[in-house]
Amino acid sequence: MIELDLKRQNAAVSTETIDGQIATLNLGPTHPATHGIFQNILKVDGERIISAEQTIGYIHRAFEKLSERRPYNQITPITDRLNYCSSPINNIGWHMTVEKLIGAEMPKKVDYMRVIVMELARIADHLVCNSVIGVDTGALTGFTYMFQEREKIYDLYEEICGARLTTNVGRIGGFDRDFTPDFYSKLNAFLKEFPKRFDEFGSLLERNRIFMDRCVGAGPISADKALSYSFAGPNLRAAGVDYDVRVMKPYSSYEDFDFEIPIGSDGDTYDRFMVRQQEIRESLKIIQQALDNMPDGSYHADIPDFYLPPKEEVYSSMEALIYHFKIIMGETAIPKGEVYHSVEGGNGELGYYLVSDGGRTPYRLHFRRPCFIYYQAYPEMIKGALLSDAILTMSSMNVIAGELDA
Amino acid sequence: MVKIVNSPEGLEGQGFFATSFDKVIGLARANSLWPLPFATSCCGIEFMATMGPNYDLARFGSERMSFSPRQADLLIVAGTISKKLGPVLKKVYDQMAEPKWVLSVGACASSGGIFDTYSVLQGIDHVIPVDVYVPGCPPRPEQIIEGVLKIQELAKNESLRRRDSAEYKKMLESYNIEQQ
Amino acid sequence: MPDFFENTRTIIEAVDDSASYSLDNWNEHNFIVSSDLLFDVIKALKENGYQYLIDLTGAHYPDTEYEYQVVYHVQNLIENLRVRIKVNLTTEKNEVSSIVDLYNAANWMERETFDFYGIIFTGHPNLKRILNLDDMDYHPMRKEYKLEDETRNDKSDKYFGR
Repeated sequence: MIELDLKRQNAAVSTETIDGQIATLNLGPTHPATHGIFQNILKVDGERIISAEQTIGYIHRAFEKLSERRPYNQITPITDRLNYCSSPINNIGWHMTVEKLIGAEMPKKVDYMRVIVMELARIADHLVCNSVIGVDTGALTGFTYMFQEREKIYDLYEEICGARLTTNVGRIGGFDRDFTPDFYSKLNAFLKEFPKRFDEFGSLLERNRIFMDRCVGAGPISADKALSYSFAGPNLRAAGVDYDVRVMKPYSSYEDFDFEIPIGSDGDTYDRFMVRQQEIRESLKIIQQALDNMPDGSYHADIPDFYLPPKEEVYSSMEALIYHFKIIMGETAIPKGEVYHSVEGGNGELGYYLVSDGGRTPYRLHFRRPCFIYYQAYPEMIKGALLSDAILTMSSMNVIAGELDA
Repeated sequence: MVKIVNSPEGLEGQGFFATSFDKVIGLARANSLWPLPFATSCCGIEFMATMGPNYDLARFGSERMSFSPRQADLLIVAGTISKKLGPVLKKVYDQMAEPKWVLSVGACASSGGIFDTYSVLQGIDHVIPVDVYVPGCPPRPEQIIEGVLKIQELAKNESLRRRDSAEYKKMLESYNIEQQ
Repeated sequence: MPDFFENTRTIIEAVDDSASYSLDNWNEHNFIVSSDLLFDVIKALKENGYQYLIDLTGAHYPDTEYEYQVVYHVQNLIENLRVRIKVNLTTEKNEVSSIVDLYNAANWMERETFDFYGIIFTGHPNLKRILNLDDMDYHPMRKEYKLEDETRNDKSDKYFGR
């Protein structure tokens, strides 16, 4: 049997310049090929990139300062807007951070519900990234297929919380309502239909010669470098480091689930694409397991001091009204101290460093945004590459401007 | 089913149709708007969904996304515009040729939204004139389409002389924008 | 795991014998080290397997004897152990040495911290603002500065009938 060498060697990096002519190319801030607003000033020699200088901060919205002014419950909408391709992960990560601070234990059911929502979000996030990699290689078909599927995930979100993109899902202490029977039937239909469609998408690109020629060897990074740049998530795993917060520091009962961590070897665009493809398949497995083993119980924890009571009860029961008032007015005692909690977001370790002084609002809240940290490796990754590879590298890194600039 | 827009009002008889120039040009402009998506953040993702297969903005003649401001009619600003990005936005608007319209998508672009902070521009109308505001954080794709339809309405009914009028020039002057 | 952690503690205390250690209620290992020795502490940690810098950020505590704090989270991926290193800085001397030489990732995180708090990271290759405009004349995350945009004119009381 002949073993196919599917990976082509990256074209040799030329160090000589053509007649010593070096051009400066301004890529961004608003460039159709950059998915988001950031600027790269490239020095190019013909088609080869010699160096890149980045400017970011074009949509800096002062999340951290804003968080210092908002009560704990009202920070959820801000977290939505971090990585807006996978908002529920950000929301739930934040809720878990506060729960860690106050030392609340969640019922198993909440954990499982959260796992379902977070894995759906991961699928949606990876779908956007991978279909956009397709677009950047000139394959628009996958994009149209996958955006149709993504709409179905949005339908599921709507069934849970009523919103499509900025979901604001759940509350500190669980969910605001149980999953409806409609949600389960829609989710079951999704789990049945989606894998077929997704495999179709996979068959369009995964072993497509043209696609592979474009992606293999584009924007590679070694495992050492990736660690030094604190890469996280699929990008780090594509470089061959099996670091996943879901396994290393399990939260929300991830230890109950049986799933694999796909890793790549070269850390190039193709590996990043494939790792995301595999992760979508693993996520589907996790959702199925969570559905099959969904425990009975309450959809929220019994922590009346922190869990906002349902609105109907606020209007009809005195207890609920009192707690509602206490929570909204910040009358409940929050422990002093500092916690760091991290979840595996769409782009990797999404951390929350929260300092509480016992007041109504956080004293300090810092978001560890994976995009912000790994995007700084971009110039090094595209050095010596072709201009078109640079675009591909950027889209395969899945740099989300909202998360980058906070 | 192919749906063709209705012809404008006019005098019609056997073998002829007479109407005013305004209306014909308005009709053509309204149904072939070339949008320039200036998508920065969350609303940009919803805008992508609007362009996607389920909502399909192309149904309304906005098939061609123009990523160069020179060949765009409609500037769709979707997402937060920070103070750092304000001058860039103005430059893009400057480079667009007349006639041009601006659609401000979402709370951030319209008013700063929930980001009442030191770094965010409190509404793009501080920098460039806006024709239609779409509320929502983010607006649903249906709402964005509604906004585009409103722009079409404006384009259809605009007088040919409006862009030369003194009021229009004065308005541009108040934004420190030189007419192209 | 505890053995390995004791090892870490020895490493840190060998570099900085004044380092104070505490285990907080959330099972997080906190060390407060002196700002002069920070680089050496992190370097020693890195040489002993803490090759992943999770996070680097600052905080402002105007009413304490130290005014600024820089907080580092480093992780040992093999032992799966995370420690938090803190450095206290005063208004007069808000300087700490940069760790870009150890972790490339620290570059932007330090720039962000500088942008937000004005903390100087000595030895940083390119310490300038990253998120805000270059000509901004203050460090916005300090507690004394307001969150709001000063240019808004629709917040005057007359719109609220006051």
